[in-house]
Amino acid sequence: MFLSRTSREKIIRRLFFVIAFVSIGTLFLIFLFLVLEGLPIFKEVSVAQFIGGHYWYPTSDPPDFGIFPLILASLAVTVLSAAISIPLGVMTAIYLAEIASRRFREIAKPVIELLASLPSVVIGFFGMVVVAPFLQETFNLGTGLNLFNAALMLAFMSVPTICSISEDAIYSVPKELKEASLALGATRLETIVKVVLPASISGISTAVILGLSRAIGETMVVLMVAGGAAMIPGSIFDPVRPLPASIAAEMAEAPFRGSHYHALFATGIVLFLFTFCFNLIADQIAHKYQQTGAATL
Amino acid sequence: MSFEVQSSSPLTLERTAPMDSSQQAYQARLRRRKTWEGLVFSLFWGAVAITALGLFIILFFMVANGWQAITLTFLTEAPREAMTQGGILPCIVGTVCLALGAMAFAFPIGIASAVYLSEYARPGKTLRLIRLGINNLAGVPSVVFGLFGLALFVTYFRFGVSILSGALTLGAMSLPVIIGTTEEALKAVPNTYREASLGLGATKWQTIYRVVLPAALPGILTGGILGIGRAAGETAPIMFTAAVFFTPSLPSSLFDKVMALPYHIYVLATAGTEIEATRPLQYGTALVLITLVLGLNLMAILYRSRLRKKSR
Repeated sequence: MFLSRTSREKIIRRLFFVIAFVSIGTLFLIFLFLVLEGLPIFKEVSVAQFIGGHYWYPTSDPPDFGIFPLILASLAVTVLSAAISIPLGVMTAIYLAEIASRRFREIAKPVIELLASLPSVVIGFFGMVVVAPFLQETFNLGTGLNLFNAALMLAFMSVPTICSISEDAIYSVPKELKEASLALGATRLETIVKVVLPASISGISTAVILGLSRAIGETMVVLMVAGGAAMIPGSIFDPVRPLPASIAAEMAEAPFRGSHYHALFATGIVLFLFTFCFNLIADQIAHKYQQTGAATL
Repeated sequence: MSFEVQSSSPLTLERTAPMDSSQQAYQARLRRRKTWEGLVFSLFWGAVAITALGLFIILFFMVANGWQAITLTFLTEAPREAMTQGGILPCIVGTVCLALGAMAFAFPIGIASAVYLSEYARPGKTLRLIRLGINNLAGVPSVVFGLFGLALFVTYFRFGVSILSGALTLGAMSLPVIIGTTEEALKAVPNTYREASLGLGATKWQTIYRVVLPAALPGILTGGILGIGRAAGETAPIMFTAAVFFTPSLPSSLFDKVMALPYHIYVLATAGTEIEATRPLQYGTALVLITLVLGLNLMAILYRSRLRKKSR
């Protein structure tokens, strides 16, 4: 033993400190390599043309690299899926945290965790072989692979995220607040709407933002189900091509370090920035309105 | 202290004296409020039912259409006749290699990060920065991980499209899962354990290594199982880094390309020449993947709930 106990302790402490930075390091490397491989495209098109261009024809001659339809498709799919997943997720969370019996909660929570763990490719496959033919027949459409189908499948993927984080927030509302409301003669519903929800709104907002972030970045579902047409959607039954689908579908065919390849990495930067902002906002909300007890309300 | 909330409030108790009109109006209003409550509560219940139903419908379709495809040859043979016949053994082997490889990287690093966060770090700017990094890493889209793996491991490190590149990419992706579950497990170890060990003269590291980690081990392993499940089910990160449509033989080194279950489903369902003809194979492969991933998750969930009951 060459080292004294205290200096050994110091070295070990340093070591753990360094390893704890691996996550940030990875995040930094992700951004660095996206930028390194993505920036060369901006020698060919300007940033404004890239973001605002209405045409995405990367393989024609001369190629068009405008990802505006892709961004719009991503936003449309995310907003539509949010319209389904936010009410569903928050209502499920309220039921589990406030209304359900303990036994019911102990069964329902694992079911929702299992839903969260379903591989995305399986949900995409389900959307393709079961939901798409159903939509096509019911609404008499040209194709069942469209914006609506993708939003529906994405909603099922983000409900567990929204639900479990909201549930934690609702569950941690101090009991005194509820008791005070009930003691004043409010019904349980009135207590939930006027006391519990306002008290847990920061947690619920975090949950919603993280759910949206998951939906906008989800790849396999939109790749398999959204239909793949790189155009600005006119209705919710139009096929679309969201950002992640475009990257996943085209990377295999893009010539290595050609302009198409760089354009896809640049698309990756846009996608990364979208989710990064969502996560920063969620983190800010969670941090700023950290709930420490009845006194902070 | 437990406080059971009664669903009928004391205000609805019958009154002995005859009611005047204001009291009657009050009773009517209360009844209306109660009816509202019942209606909205059943709406909430409906939301739970729809969510759970989603899972069961997906499982039902996969099992109903897939179980016939699952035979011994399906699980133990390679694909034949241009992928329209035969089995999925190479995909199963590939997925197991990738998931275990990912854990070989993510597990030690994840545990060490969690030990720092929960045992060493003091609240402050640094801790907040590290947490921000982990949360953001958890939110990076899976296809962006794929791009990252392609640029760093495949191209820059020259690992090529290989198990190693795929496992590193998946490892980076599952790091936040491992860190989160390990931290939870470490937090659940009572402080009296640490105090007893430190009181006997052990150093911080001795306390962590001999007392805290063994006590938290079951919870940490649960996180490992969840990590394997997550890594096994992902498609987008391995699309450009490890998976290929077909390999003539099983992988023999870390630098081999592999077939993988999720990628196999994707390719058969979207890019094959005979999409309709291989439908049973697609359902079969999906069922195998679901069984693997949900099985791992169910194991972790049940094990964890038993742990929590014990510690209560």
